[in-house]
Amino acid sequence: MNSTAFVIIAILTLAAAIAAASLSKLIHAALSLAVAFVGIAAFYFLLGAEFVGLVQVFVYVGAVAVLIVFTILLTRRDAIAPERFNWPGVIVALAVFAGLIWAIYKTPVLSTSAGPIEPLTVKRVGQVLMLDYVWPLQCVGLLLTAALIGAVILVMEESDEER
Amino acid sequence: MTPTLQIFLSVSAALFSIGLVAALSRRHAIFILIGIEMMLAAANLNFVAFWRFGPDPQQPTGVMVAIFSIAIAAAEAAVGLALVIAIYRHYRTTNVDQLNQLKG
Repeated sequence: MNSTAFVIIAILTLAAAIAAASLSKLIHAALSLAVAFVGIAAFYFLLGAEFVGLVQVFVYVGAVAVLIVFTILLTRRDAIAPERFNWPGVIVALAVFAGLIWAIYKTPVLSTSAGPIEPLTVKRVGQVLMLDYVWPLQCVGLLLTAALIGAVILVMEESDEER
Repeated sequence: MTPTLQIFLSVSAALFSIGLVAALSRRHAIFILIGIEMMLAAANLNFVAFWRFGPDPQQPTGVMVAIFSIAIAAAEAAVGLALVIAIYRHYRTTNVDQLNQLKG
């Protein structure tokens, strides 16, 4: 595992995430979020989970980012005054971060480095998905169908006689 | 020096905290959704990192959990953004401070 690549990806991802959380223009934040998701996909490639990286790019950068941009487009007229920075939220998040870091570095068993592994091929992922995880797969399919129908019903225009 | 598990977990914790800042301190509903998506992505990164550094990386368990988690996150984003659009149609605003009709 290459440490130079890791440092570059980490800086890119965290900078894009900070931009997504702090920029005042919504569209800029959405595009920064897409960059942060590309960085996370690069982490997956670095960790040897190529299939998850590809899924991350397809689902997050391809679908979720476009969905967010379209929502911004549809709610465009809502001009929000520049908001004040909310310090209690930042303090809570810093406390959570400090707690997590304390827990991570207090646990000595976590300071391992990764051994070599055989590459996880898409064929192997597909076999495991269709043999060992077939019921969770069907449940996720059902969930996605329900979410699709629910989203369509939520945004459907009410017809005149229903009003 | 190769990156250890602690470094990956630290990056993921930082990403989670940034998402928490976005979810807690912004007043726009889409920013809150962006923060939630970021926190979910940080959790996925943890799953894959624990799989890679775990005792048995030949079994792709962490990868499977991450794939299912991404699918559920996509469903969550679709329904959440549909809710934002529905709320915008109804109240003409997406500022969560003005959505206080349920307040007693």
